[in-house]
Amino acid sequence: MFSKLHDTTRSLLTVYVDGAPVYAERGETVAALLLRQRAPASRTNPVCGSPRAPFCMMGVCFDCLTIVDGVASTQSCLVTVQEGMHVERQFGRRSVAS
Amino acid sequence: MSGDYDVIVTGAGMVGAAIGYGLARMNLRVLLLDGADTDYRAAKANFGLVWAHGKGFGHPAYQRLSIEAVQAWPDFAQQLEADSGVTLAYERNGGLHFCMGDYELNARAVRMNAWHGQTPELPPTTQVLDRGELLRRFPALRLGREVAGASLGELDGHVNPLRLLAAMQTAFVRLGGCLEGNRAVTGINALPGGGFEVVAGGYKALGQRVVIAAGLGSAALGRMVGLNVPLRPQRGQLMVTERLTPMLPIPASGLRQTGEGTIMIGVTQEEVGYDLATTSDGAVRMARRALRILPDLARAKIVRQWACLRVMTPDGNPVYASSRTHPGADIATCHSGVTLASFHAGPYAKSLVGGALPVALHTFHHERFNVQQAA
Repeated sequence: MFSKLHDTTRSLLTVYVDGAPVYAERGETVAALLLRQRAPASRTNPVCGSPRAPFCMMGVCFDCLTIVDGVASTQSCLVTVQEGMHVERQFGRRSVAS
Repeated sequence: MSGDYDVIVTGAGMVGAAIGYGLARMNLRVLLLDGADTDYRAAKANFGLVWAHGKGFGHPAYQRLSIEAVQAWPDFAQQLEADSGVTLAYERNGGLHFCMGDYELNARAVRMNAWHGQTPELPPTTQVLDRGELLRRFPALRLGREVAGASLGELDGHVNPLRLLAAMQTAFVRLGGCLEGNRAVTGINALPGGGFEVVAGGYKALGQRVVIAAGLGSAALGRMVGLNVPLRPQRGQLMVTERLTPMLPIPASGLRQTGEGTIMIGVTQEEVGYDLATTSDGAVRMARRALRILPDLARAKIVRQWACLRVMTPDGNPVYASSRTHPGADIATCHSGVTLASFHAGPYAKSLVGGALPVALHTFHHERFNVQQAA
């Protein structure tokens, strides 16, 4: 869907999205990374089940909620990628039962 | 004079909208005047409980009223959904009041016995369940260690309060009622020969009767027509979590899970005047209590915390009264607008048309606050 305009082959990080390694650029947000994936949806709506993708990119809309390094319902537009980070798409309602 | 309207209801919140809806169902010409969006609105923080159990302790008439209202709710909800086309997410599968430790559970059992004792003519509608019985009935509940049990109100339930308000206003308009927003009423003038002129800034309307249901604004409006009802704001804060998988099968006092999965955590009762601020102290108290009941909530995210001002009378019970000095003027105020919606849209609206409040409501006259003055 989206791609970087500039050359992104230099100084890349590896981030895992649903277990698959993808390249990320230092300083970009997890939401930006997700938008470049073949399936840009970050979660499904917990009421109607429709796929949702990052939208506002500024911490307001909550559509970019994902599980980042095990922390669910994280606003991925407010989190910067880190080497080795694990990002999982969040489907349906969260369970807090341990 | 006949006036442009049969009845003008000042206030289109949970109480006014229910009365307006009930009057519109009886084919009256009704004008419902709402204030501004930024006005104090108790309905901004309704918890959504349709609840009788424990209400009216020390006041049997309010207890009866609450029980009648929850009994009327299933039919009311069905009719309102048909009239409005809005689904209410109403469920009546009982409601719990959790107790921490055996002492609290025993005290609750004593209190509920006394509550039932106030209305010996009514069959009991509550039970006290110990922890084992609670877990037998609701095996999916993951209760905190301290929970010794709960009282269960069999008639209780919950509803989406935002949908309830929207449904009553929608149904009112569909039935031919006139709803005006941004019309905070500033004056009510009795006209010679009967009827009232209701003024909202530069706006005026004429009505044969007027019903004051303007929340905290009712005190000032009431005084214009000889209805001196003492009211004070009581702050209630609440919080909501993100949407979660089902973890609380039926609502509890101060804790419920909505159909969408949100957990609502409430509520504070604070005497701080006209102050809508939220406080971290309030959040801590509410969260601590919720965690003692459902420890899993420690992993949930709080999405929002907000506050509203409840409309309180000196004894916490409702006021329903007709003006003696200004016949045709009535006032209705309570802090259980959701539970009592079935009553306001049903028996109460009918009594307004009948011209006199039923005897059972006389105990709700605000004269009861004048005891010392009269003595």
